[in-house]
Amino acid sequence: MAAQVVVVAVTKLQTTQAITQNLTMVKRVLVALGLILSLVFVGGTKAAVLPIERADVLYHSYEGDGVTIDGPSVLLRKNIAGKVSVSANYYVDTVSGASIDVRATASPYEEVRKEKTVGLDYLNNKTLLSTSFTNSSENDFEANSLYVGVSQDFFGDLSTISLSYSKGWDVVGRRGDESFEEEADRQKFGLGFSQVATKSLIVGFNIEHISDEGYLNNPYRAVRFLDPTTDRGFSFVTEKYPNTRSSTAYSINANYYLPYRAAIYGDARIYNDTWGIKAQNVKLGYIHPVEDDWIFEVFLRHYKQDKADFYQDLFSRPNEFNFMARDKEMSTYTGLTAGISVSYEWQFSQTATFKKSAVHFEWDYMKFDYNDFRDATAQTPVGEEPLFGFSANVLRIFASIWY
Amino acid sequence: MRLLNKASIRLLVVACIATLSSGCASTFESINDSINPLANLEPWVKPYERSNLADPIMSMNRNPVALAYAKHVFESREGARGADGGAGGGCGCN
Repeated sequence: MAAQVVVVAVTKLQTTQAITQNLTMVKRVLVALGLILSLVFVGGTKAAVLPIERADVLYHSYEGDGVTIDGPSVLLRKNIAGKVSVSANYYVDTVSGASIDVRATASPYEEVRKEKTVGLDYLNNKTLLSTSFTNSSENDFEANSLYVGVSQDFFGDLSTISLSYSKGWDVVGRRGDESFEEEADRQKFGLGFSQVATKSLIVGFNIEHISDEGYLNNPYRAVRFLDPTTDRGFSFVTEKYPNTRSSTAYSINANYYLPYRAAIYGDARIYNDTWGIKAQNVKLGYIHPVEDDWIFEVFLRHYKQDKADFYQDLFSRPNEFNFMARDKEMSTYTGLTAGISVSYEWQFSQTATFKKSAVHFEWDYMKFDYNDFRDATAQTPVGEEPLFGFSANVLRIFASIWY
Repeated sequence: MRLLNKASIRLLVVACIATLSSGCASTFESINDSINPLANLEPWVKPYERSNLADPIMSMNRNPVALAYAKHVFESREGARGADGGAGGGCGCN
């Protein structure tokens, strides 16, 4: 009997040790899960919710660097049977003028871009499945993209994890050249996590990886190179970009409800890609309601970027390198944006057809200063032109109705 | 072409497992209890304590139509992209 007890005890010990060893291995595998898994397993029972039903009609305007872009955007969302939400967005950009990149080499122009998106969300208890399709069309560019995403609430709805994937197909043309047609494919992989930290604080973390393959140039932009045979001392030749680009961006965000009815929020992002671009941005904002009717908001956003490996303002000769860019968005620069907005809301009865309506006015002032992009239109010796910079005003004026 | 670097793949796998496993908690319950000191963690903000969080001013996407446009403006004029919930589409930024 005693021997049996010993055997059983030893067996149990061995089993325990084996389990412990296995668990150690499992632990190694699951170490990255850590907090996420623990939160999943003790999750609560309250369900997620569908997006809010509302309709918005917006007029947007951008003016800066010799370019004016404006147009409408209409967004409608309707829920069906508490399980499904459908949405549709129609957006138009009317572009006129030309930025510094184009002014140095070509004439101002006008064009219209129309973008249509239809979306579907399906709610099953705490899981929200989403999909959407977008078509963007202009006379020299056609883009289609498909998005799928899943979002899961857990841990008493204090935590949300989301995954997304989208695939895009672009066809790139060039005005005045009917024979020019190139293609590019794009893929995006996203992972997000948000957490209610306290009664007044929500924090979040996002990662997005993007891979592009195909014709990634802008067919209208050119690099400049030294050319002593011309009066200005330089000439232009079409840019040459790599055919692939992969990028990864990481961001964190937080929203905090102040002791009185107001909120502050902030986000920060770091970015890098295979073209050598590194960027960081940070944003801080403050939202202040006044009674139940008015909501005021202000924010400040700072952006900083290091140039792509193959960017130069001035090359020595037209084929100096395999890849050459002088697109100012590839250069080293900083951007600062300050925004203010005000909304006025009308509350109706919760049993009425329309529950709430609002009008909104939002204005952003943007300023960009370039460290290695010179104003090639300046009448100075080549390579001694002043560094370029510009400011822009961005308006969003819109009306919303909730039903 | 490498579509994903190793770190991204690892994170996506982690997230997939976490999401899919939420419906089969009992399968992993014993493992979780044994190895994870956080297994007995309870949600610390109760539903009746969430009035501040439910206020529309705490929403990260209070006005989707305006936010989508603002993200498009930044994406068109900056080299960086992603991790901001931005929408796709053309540039309109020549």
